[in-house]
Amino acid sequence: MKGRVLVVDDDTALAEMLGIVLRGEGFDTSFCGDGAQALEVFRGTRPDLVLLDVMLPGRDGIEVCRQIRAESGVPIVMLTAKTDTVDVVLGLESGADDYVVKPFKPKELVARVRARLRRTDEPAPEALEVGDLTIDVAGHSVRRDGQVIGLTPLEFDLLVALARKPWQVFTREVLLEQVWGYRHAADTRLVNVHVQRLRSKVERDPERPEIVVTVRGVGYKAGPA
Amino acid sequence: MAAPSRSLHELAGPLARRAVPSRLRHPLQLARTSVLGRWRRSIQLRVVSATVVLGVIVVLVVGQLLLQRITAGVVASRQEQVIAQSHEDFINTRNGIVTPSGEANRDIYTRVHDIINSLAAPADRPTRYVILERALGNTSVGDVPDYSSAGIDRMAIPDELRQAVVHNRGERQEAQVFTTELDGRSVPVIAVGGLLDLGSAAGGRYELYLVYSLQREVQVVDVVRRTFIFGGIALVLLVGAVAWVVTRQVVAPVAQAARTAEQLASGRLDRRMRVRGDDELARLGRAFNEMAASLERQIHRLEELSRVQRRFVSDVSHELRTPLTTLRMAGEVMYEARHTFEPALGRSAELLQAQLDRFEALLADLLEVSRFDAGAAVLETEAVDLCELVEQVMEDLRPLAERRGTPVELIVGPGSTVADVDPRRVERIVRNLVGNAIEHSESEPVQVRIAGDEGAVAVAVRDHGVGLRQADLSMVFNRFWRADPARARTTGGTGLGLAIALEDAHLHGGWLQVWGEPRQGANFRLTLPRRVGAPLTVSPLPLVPWDAGRGKGAVAVVTTSDGTAVVTSLAEFTGDHAGDGSAAGRRRSTGAGTVEARP
Repeated sequence: MKGRVLVVDDDTALAEMLGIVLRGEGFDTSFCGDGAQALEVFRGTRPDLVLLDVMLPGRDGIEVCRQIRAESGVPIVMLTAKTDTVDVVLGLESGADDYVVKPFKPKELVARVRARLRRTDEPAPEALEVGDLTIDVAGHSVRRDGQVIGLTPLEFDLLVALARKPWQVFTREVLLEQVWGYRHAADTRLVNVHVQRLRSKVERDPERPEIVVTVRGVGYKAGPA
Repeated sequence: MAAPSRSLHELAGPLARRAVPSRLRHPLQLARTSVLGRWRRSIQLRVVSATVVLGVIVVLVVGQLLLQRITAGVVASRQEQVIAQSHEDFINTRNGIVTPSGEANRDIYTRVHDIINSLAAPADRPTRYVILERALGNTSVGDVPDYSSAGIDRMAIPDELRQAVVHNRGERQEAQVFTTELDGRSVPVIAVGGLLDLGSAAGGRYELYLVYSLQREVQVVDVVRRTFIFGGIALVLLVGAVAWVVTRQVVAPVAQAARTAEQLASGRLDRRMRVRGDDELARLGRAFNEMAASLERQIHRLEELSRVQRRFVSDVSHELRTPLTTLRMAGEVMYEARHTFEPALGRSAELLQAQLDRFEALLADLLEVSRFDAGAAVLETEAVDLCELVEQVMEDLRPLAERRGTPVELIVGPGSTVADVDPRRVERIVRNLVGNAIEHSESEPVQVRIAGDEGAVAVAVRDHGVGLRQADLSMVFNRFWRADPARARTTGGTGLGLAIALEDAHLHGGWLQVWGEPRQGANFRLTLPRRVGAPLTVSPLPLVPWDAGRGKGAVAVVTTSDGTAVVTSLAEFTGDHAGDGSAAGRRRSTGAGTVEARP
């Protein structure tokens, strides 16, 4: 079993087709066609990943995303027909880890889903330190003064990627490849939005970051500049 | 007037300071400039000033005339009165003087003296002065001496009057107004004179003058003059105030209309004039408001229409996407399994897949075009090394180039190739140009050149394929235009690529230009300013390639970012000054920013 995927989409044909493709790749699937019931179904099925259509009857996909994120760090991949900046950024800010734009190719979707589930591979025990943070890679936890900071798996991956090489400045493209698994240049807004989300959790003052530092014109690095 | 104006300049900040380098000027000059400015700007000021000036002139002229008339009238009436009064006195005097013969000179003298004393008023409050003088030409020596009342000089009588008195033989008296010293003060007086014959024994003929002060009349005239002056000033002020009020009533609505119109023009369509009453200006206000309302309705209607249409295109595109996604995935699943199908079904799956690709590309391009049409396209610029970007595009297109057997080479010219651009759009332009070049290369090599200068970075894509006819040059950027309708359908592309590329270039304030010759290939040149919005004057790369046939009278077409097309002969293009068109005629293009050119 490679993982359970919850497909939240009101378009039954698309949902069914997604099911065919995902099952063909060895995933388990469950479905929900109504935004209002999505949270309930999510609690019932406890999926490893959620595929969420932004346009939903009952409740907006972005709202659903926010609700799921409020109680779980489960990877969320948005399906969107909109490429307009505002919508994409809004989706990402509501907590989605990644998004695919309709019409997508099945391979593209599967690659995105795999990239989000890839992290379930057992990592070697490893302890990292950035600033006053302690990261237990195997235990998936980040602590400050013994206090656990709750991060989503994606945010955790992002922090670990940066913390492993604190001497290196990561371009957004490199982070996209390492954390999101994109092979080709993709939307660098993904990185910007998630760095903001990460900072809001790990920085003492997100306005003046000390853990994830922006290197102007290049990208990001961990620790002091 | 200078002070508020200066503070206004300061309020307006650096913009105003740049427009008016007032801080460098002398304050006086500033004041003059400001007054001149107000004069030019304010009808009210001009009207009030003109009214006041005219009022002053009228008051001066009329006042002067009136004053003259009044003075003349006052003097004349006094003169009449004086003459009438004097007449009596003269008769009495003459009667009293008639000398009984044999009277002693001494007695005559006394009598004359008495009479004269009685003529003069009491000395402490003189109302008239008396002068007795031996007549002109009387040389006899008599006992009666010349006499004058206290306070007046005996010599004060002008010769003119004396002559008149002497030559007037009748009983009539002569009168004249003149100015003389009375009690040490220079005042106008009226003197009435007559001859008095004392008889040869007493000394012959004497001139007797009664001199009346015109002091009171002068005072009256002074009072009148002062009244006139005060009245005149008041009148002028009143006229000025009336003009101010009237023009204010007229100008204020006009100024308000101007302000409102400016606000309307700046896009605040809900602005209206305040309308009071029912007069002409109220009608103007109402008409203006109606116009504004109708304008607003029209614009809102058009906006609504355009919004609905935009929304529709956007909705259609979005609505199409979900079923297209399903189709796409279904097609993909079938395509993956095509080897297990019988040949016809397998081929069908392939065709389905290919056409779905095309459909998707078309949909994406349509959405992009609709975004441009709606004015919703936004630049997201960052500093990008165009050289890296071009290399990436060439790398991405390598499979296509290999399929076509077309070598693609990059020639990097001098200059930095970093510019502030929207990488997504520029990549789309370059991908389109290089892709097109490969498609039309007929397996001849394609050269991509890149170079930068101070203000711009240029990318030129040169192919040596079939080339473009003169007539085609004006069409290449048109939507859904294809170079060769019979052939083009076999090659991919949506027919919107170059149209979108041109829009993308214009969005950057850049140029996208084309040169082409049949059987000599084509050269597309993209020139982007280093900073968005900076004006382009020259491109770092020539539009006409060095290997193009020169001197054949070929003509190039240039499309500039402002939609102005420059037509010029090939010779002009061997230099870099493609865009300025100084030696060429400029004309406004009608189409998508291109123009047709002929040798």
